[in-house]
Amino acid sequence: MKASRIAGIALRQFYLYKGNFARVVPLFAFVAVDMVLWGFMTRYLNSVASHGHDFVPALLGAVLLWDFFARVMQGMTMGFFEDVWSRNFLNVFATPLTLAEYVSGLVLTSIVTSAIGLLVMLLLSSTVFGLSFATYGVMFVPFILILFLFGTALGILGSALVLRLGPAAEWFVWPIPSLLSPFVGVFYPLSTLPEWMRWVGRALPPSYVFEGVRTLAAGGEFPSAMLGWGVGLAVLDIVLAGLVFQWVYRYAVRTGLLARYSAESVN
Amino acid sequence: MTPSPPVLSVTSLHKAYGDRVAVDGITFEVGRREVVGLLGPNGAGKSTTINMLLGVLEPTSGTIHIEGVDLASRRVQALERTNFAAVYAPLPGNLTVAQNLRVFGLIYGVKGLSARIEALLTQYDLQRFRDTKCGVLSSGEQTRVSLAKAMLNQPRLLLLDEPTASLDPATAVDIRDRIRAFARQGDSGVLWTSHNMYEVEAVCDRVLFMSRGRVLLQGDPKTLPGEHGHDTLEALFIAVANEPLALERHPAP
Repeated sequence: MKASRIAGIALRQFYLYKGNFARVVPLFAFVAVDMVLWGFMTRYLNSVASHGHDFVPALLGAVLLWDFFARVMQGMTMGFFEDVWSRNFLNVFATPLTLAEYVSGLVLTSIVTSAIGLLVMLLLSSTVFGLSFATYGVMFVPFILILFLFGTALGILGSALVLRLGPAAEWFVWPIPSLLSPFVGVFYPLSTLPEWMRWVGRALPPSYVFEGVRTLAAGGEFPSAMLGWGVGLAVLDIVLAGLVFQWVYRYAVRTGLLARYSAESVN
Repeated sequence: MTPSPPVLSVTSLHKAYGDRVAVDGITFEVGRREVVGLLGPNGAGKSTTINMLLGVLEPTSGTIHIEGVDLASRRVQALERTNFAAVYAPLPGNLTVAQNLRVFGLIYGVKGLSARIEALLTQYDLQRFRDTKCGVLSSGEQTRVSLAKAMLNQPRLLLLDEPTASLDPATAVDIRDRIRAFARQGDSGVLWTSHNMYEVEAVCDRVLFMSRGRVLLQGDPKTLPGEHGHDTLEALFIAVANEPLALERHPAP
């Protein structure tokens, strides 16, 4: 892998953000709105809860982490969609760039864009609504890592889907986080779910994060083995997503899809 | 001393989509300081050939060597020696001219990139557009930007797919002169597709006529029409488009 080629892909995204205020605002505006909305929601729940339960670390913390995951996935797919929207496939893929370098450039972009959203959420949730990260302790780092890896994996998979099915398929990609959220137990324990949904949830790395968040918020101890499962699954998902993207890319090169997408507009 | 390989060597290149054959076993070369015209009617297989040369379409069979480097097995090294400009592949319109050149300069691994960008902005008369977004440039200006991008890595093989389509005659002449100069002064070769036969005659050292995925004729664009009983290259083009089978049965003497 050559650093300059990865930098070229990331720089392209940086230029887009640099030149357009309307692109920068969504990086933090929607997550900020979510923090305010759920911050007040948790305050209200705290006031009506009879046993004095604090909803802030379990609920607001979970929303923060879920939004971070969605931002990571969006950061990846937005970078890819830029090449779809500007019909840039031919210019990009008829170069010495390798697939790994291309994806690495998108990951680099996603790190920066999701970090901006995370920073804004951390500031708002802690200063305005009193979310204390001491509740999670060092576990906050692996939580973030698992969600980043899984968000990246889904970003790669979403990009592969669009490469295979065409530019119009981007509408399949946007709702993916919403489709997954019932299975991973962002707001409730997996035990709430029926058995088959629990099995799906166990196969998804974020489930381990949100189980962990609830356990720690309740003052319990979250077994590191469970966290290991989460990390392991997330790494496996990245590898699988990479293989799927590679397979779809080869299919697109063999069948002429790649060249065709450069010539056709979004339909 | 071993002679240096041609900039492009294509052998028995074949592309089929199921039963439909798009390119049918073509073989040709592009030498150094040579401009070769790839001609033929719509659907002849020119763009399919260009796409295979750019590595974005996999041949069903056959080989492509760029400066002796096999594109199939050493894609990165082969494409480091190549660049292209095509009317259907404009650079992202939401980046400025300078930004596009920097991004693609990094992707092509250009050494001394800032100096190279400045030289190309001057050479292609783009200094005043350096901070203008490509999407708002005129067709001629966008073509000059595409050509500047195509020259970033000083390619050994330059592929141009209808680079002067939709340009006014004055701009087209300017673009032709620049490409001609590029081929003359360096160690590179150019493969050029165009539907403008006057342009092809003025620029190309050699032409390949394609029809139905095959190379039917090739030769000097100034003498080839006479060899086949036609007055002009355009008349020969029309004959190739209308009666390819007759030309296949009666090849040039």
